[in-house]
Amino acid sequence: MKFPVLIGALGLLVAGLFAASLLVGPAAIGLSESLSALIRGGADGDAVAVVMREVRLPRALLGAMVGAALGLSGAAMQGFLRNPLAEPGLIGTSASAALGAVLAIQTGFAAAFTLALPLSALVGAVLSVLLIVALAGPRGSALVLILAGIAVSALAGACTALVLNLSPNPYAAAEIVFWMMGSLADRSMTHVWLAAPLMALGAAMILPMGRGLNALTLGEDAAASLGVALGRMRLMLVLGTAALVGAATAVAGAIGFVGLVVPHILRPLVGALPSRLLPASALGGAAMVLAADIAVRLIAPDRDLKLGVLTALVGAPFFLHLIWRTRSEGI
Amino acid sequence: MSAFVRRSKALLAGLALVLGLSAPAGAEPPRRVVSINLCTDQLALLIAAPGQLVSVSNLGQDAMLSAMADRAAAFPANRGQAEEVFLMRPDLVLAGTFTTQATVDLLQRLGVPVAQFPPVSSLDDLRDGIVRMGAALGREAVADEIVARFDADLAALSATAPVGTARPRAALYYPNGYSLGDRTLAGQVLAAAGLANVAAEAGLHHGGHLALEQLVLADPDLILTGRRYPTPARAQDVLDHPALTAGSGAARRGNIDDRDLICGTPQVLKALADLVARRQALAAPAPAPEVEAGG
Repeated sequence: MKFPVLIGALGLLVAGLFAASLLVGPAAIGLSESLSALIRGGADGDAVAVVMREVRLPRALLGAMVGAALGLSGAAMQGFLRNPLAEPGLIGTSASAALGAVLAIQTGFAAAFTLALPLSALVGAVLSVLLIVALAGPRGSALVLILAGIAVSALAGACTALVLNLSPNPYAAAEIVFWMMGSLADRSMTHVWLAAPLMALGAAMILPMGRGLNALTLGEDAAASLGVALGRMRLMLVLGTAALVGAATAVAGAIGFVGLVVPHILRPLVGALPSRLLPASALGGAAMVLAADIAVRLIAPDRDLKLGVLTALVGAPFFLHLIWRTRSEGI
Repeated sequence: MSAFVRRSKALLAGLALVLGLSAPAGAEPPRRVVSINLCTDQLALLIAAPGQLVSVSNLGQDAMLSAMADRAAAFPANRGQAEEVFLMRPDLVLAGTFTTQATVDLLQRLGVPVAQFPPVSSLDDLRDGIVRMGAALGREAVADEIVARFDADLAALSATAPVGTARPRAALYYPNGYSLGDRTLAGQVLAAAGLANVAAEAGLHHGGHLALEQLVLADPDLILTGRRYPTPARAQDVLDHPALTAGSGAARRGNIDDRDLICGTPQVLKALADLVARRQALAAPAPAPEVEAGG
């Protein structure tokens, strides 16, 4: 498939799912009524307009943003580490970002200034990516990467559970599921504005890496001789993915497998060129999370089924298949 | 031998209590009563003779949940574990029917009589609960007196504020979007106060999740939220969602002391009086509309 055609098709898919996300909800609102309420707003205090603009619009926007962030960071990590198993959820970035966010909320730091919450998640994510890149390294085997990821995930998850269990608020302990599985239920425009700046920053760091990642497919020495500054690229990768994953996790919890599945499905379609895979994965990730968020509302409209449940149902068998293939190819 | 007989007798008495029968006339009232449930804590605090109650649950001492936390604080607390309760050598354990079945089974196997009280979901249940607690503790006269006073107070409250035809619509909204329908104690108190229940309109008759967008679309006159823990939890975020505070939303928010609505005790009258006052304020002719700055 030609690249512009692919991007166009993915864009249409995201647009369609975005519209569907706006139209799905426990309150039955007619198609034309909801769209006109969304666009024209209606009279002040019109309940349909409030639902469309304050409940459904932020949910759909966050679905697209979080999905794009996860897809993009997954594609970038896989490209840089040249490892098909790298993914923010699997290597512990999401869990560490969740720990950063939980610590910020429970200590009250999140209320200190506007962006304190996503920045705390970013710090958690940076620390874990640094640790993983140091442990696995550009030439590290898939085994080391996954083992390090398991350890970081388990540690961050345990610390998150510990902090929430020690909270004097009994509702906090129930939140563990949210931080581990992710949800977009009852988020507001406040969360959109919290996540948007850091996601934009992260995307601005990652998207220009495409050419460097292309060169890196030839190996590090070849890339260096082509003028790619590997040290700088590594720094941009660490900060960029941490900003993307941190912002996404701070508002939606840890949603796994998006960054794994999407680049793999799209890789053959872009001729395995990382520079093309990056934007395609961002769109694909947005489509996957939007679809999952529509599905949780259709499957269990009256209870907050977590997004991570659906992405894992799709992603985990996929992951097993990848391990199988990796093994048979002797990597 | 005698210990066995005593235990069997106690077991039978416990069984009788479980079945809702009063202790046979002449049977000795229990002398060491341990309560392991928030609501039996409060009923026992109201009804038990001095020295009869030896321990209440830790929830009964939690000021966020218990309307009688200060009185409960004078008693040693238990966490509702069979082991610690057994070691208190109770001759009667008071429990709910809802969540502690494993503990209750174990205590009964150990020969400890247990009286279980079901959750209260109406004002009639409330009276029954008080009477049953009186029977369980051998304090029937006190219980009857409390019921009589409750009925008198309720009648007085209804007389001063008769429910009119205008029934403003209210919703009870708790963390995680939890709401209570008409077949719950809080729902019954809401109805007694002359308020229509938005959750019931949405088909929620017991307790359950009321989606934020359903609540907004129902456009209630009053959104009542309970006490909040000062420490943050995502579950509480929904109570501050912009969709509930947008436009005129803030004006119809109200905080109630939901501790008075959790258990079937005469404390519900405090909540009822509060709700009646809110209903009267809503039903009163609206003051001249304020001119909004920058309108």
